[in-house]
Amino acid sequence: MAFSSIVALLVLSLAPPGDVAASDVPNDEGGKIAVSWTRSPDTTVTSYRVLRQAVGATEWETLGFVGRLASTYTDDAAANDRQFQYRLIAVSPTETAESEPSAPAVATAQWFNTETLPALIGSAILIFVFLYFINRARRDRNLFIRRISGLDHVEEALGRATEMGRPTLYVPGLSSIADVATIASLNILGEVAKRTAKYGTPLIVPNTDPIVYTVAREIVKESYTSVGRPDAFNQDIVFFVTDQQFAYAAAVDGIMTREKPATNFLIGMFYAESLILAETGAATGAIQIAGTDAVAQLPFFITACDYTLIGEELYAASAYLSREPLLLGATKAQDYSKAIIVGLILLGTLLALIANVSTSRFM
Amino acid sequence: MQRRLPLMLVLVTGIFGAVAFFVPHGAVRSVDEVFRNDVQRILAAFSLVLGVGSIVQHHLTKIQRKASFWQYSWITLTALVLTAIVGVFGGIDPNRPGILPTHIGSFSFHIQTIFSNMMVPLAATMFSLLAFFMSSAAYRAFRARNVEATLLLAAAFILMLGAVPLGRAIHAELPSFAEWILAVPNTASKRGILFGVELGIFATSLKIVLGIERGWLGGGGGK
Repeated sequence: MAFSSIVALLVLSLAPPGDVAASDVPNDEGGKIAVSWTRSPDTTVTSYRVLRQAVGATEWETLGFVGRLASTYTDDAAANDRQFQYRLIAVSPTETAESEPSAPAVATAQWFNTETLPALIGSAILIFVFLYFINRARRDRNLFIRRISGLDHVEEALGRATEMGRPTLYVPGLSSIADVATIASLNILGEVAKRTAKYGTPLIVPNTDPIVYTVAREIVKESYTSVGRPDAFNQDIVFFVTDQQFAYAAAVDGIMTREKPATNFLIGMFYAESLILAETGAATGAIQIAGTDAVAQLPFFITACDYTLIGEELYAASAYLSREPLLLGATKAQDYSKAIIVGLILLGTLLALIANVSTSRFM
Repeated sequence: MQRRLPLMLVLVTGIFGAVAFFVPHGAVRSVDEVFRNDVQRILAAFSLVLGVGSIVQHHLTKIQRKASFWQYSWITLTALVLTAIVGVFGGIDPNRPGILPTHIGSFSFHIQTIFSNMMVPLAATMFSLLAFFMSSAAYRAFRARNVEATLLLAAAFILMLGAVPLGRAIHAELPSFAEWILAVPNTASKRGILFGVELGIFATSLKIVLGIERGWLGGGGGK
């Protein structure tokens, strides 16, 4: 071959990708290896072919193709605790160029996700604060908890229903038992049921989730028993309606207009039906106490209901109503934890401001 | 024992759920998935039977006692039985008919047809009521009875004006001001509420796992 031909071939040949490196993807359950490389400087490259070979094997297998701008690839089918090597082939319309293989890498499963370390530290601090206040509540049984207007009027609302001889309606939201808002609502239902049992006020609890229905029924039954009125409980108090959102809203609206409850509790997780329920209740003239942590539904409840438990108040309600010292201790801890978070936000803002000012001064 | 067993189950599964958040290892994740998916699905299947039983019992009692509007209970029970028969014996997939014919000529009463032509429009009708309820709620909210309601009215008025060309015609900066209201005070208050909510969820979960909150077991209150 003539010297000029060899030079032309060298000049025209495609430059392969370089620095191919492979490493285990951290903080996962294994089975993944991250591959990275330096892109070929050649502008005619259209894609890269990713190849893998288990150490000791003779064949290279193609894992897939990535675009010309890619410089990383995650192999999510790598067997754990087995060594693999990777190599890239740059592909252009006319030719290909193969990289050197990477050093062997092994996929392993991790026992701790280091990305969750801040969450672990934060949780540990909050648990410490909670345990401290719960212990303090054991000694000092008169912890002060700020007044929550909506809960202060529960007695009044139930008293009104009793005087008028009309029922009380309790809607425990439309979410499942897996939702903590539903659990908080069921805790409040227990306290409300104790009072309706004591006053002899009829209670209506329609449910949209079969599991919530079974739990709610047991809670109401226990509440009636705990105040010495097991005879006043009947199966019709708590019932399942449907798991369809708007069919449920129609059924509850029907109960509101037919039975005319004097008091409506709309407490738990609500979605688009919140205003349909709250406005119908307002139209029937009932006193309405609502509570939800669904931020999008809060304005509707604030507008259409007499009292609204906003966000965290929903979770403090059962402690507030039962006045149980240990529960009050946890509520107190909730307030202090919030103060800690607010303090950290202020500190962070201050540090960011200082950093900003000092950077701009020296620039 | 009737109380201790559920409390122990909650303690173990609660702590395990928290551990699974920090541990990505497959041994922990697979057990966690069994709890989250399989166990929950099995419980839901059993509770659905209880739910249907509750509907039937509730409406039969109403009919027996001739309670107010008891006639509607007949409609509910008839619809429940008919759709159950069509669904169970007529098949779920329209292309794979069951043992019960679900067509009479061009007239179809297949479960999917019933759902698409009755349930969906009825649900849409209920949803559309929201537009009317929004108007009445807005009227109530915008009667400037106190400082908060006046602020609400003013903010809503600025936002509405900022979203239409008239707002820009009144003042060039009005749309930006409306955007600022949404982006700064509105987002700040939302985040404030969410902080409280997350702490509330944390507190409630901790109280339940530690067995301090036992309201969910019935009877309410702590220990």
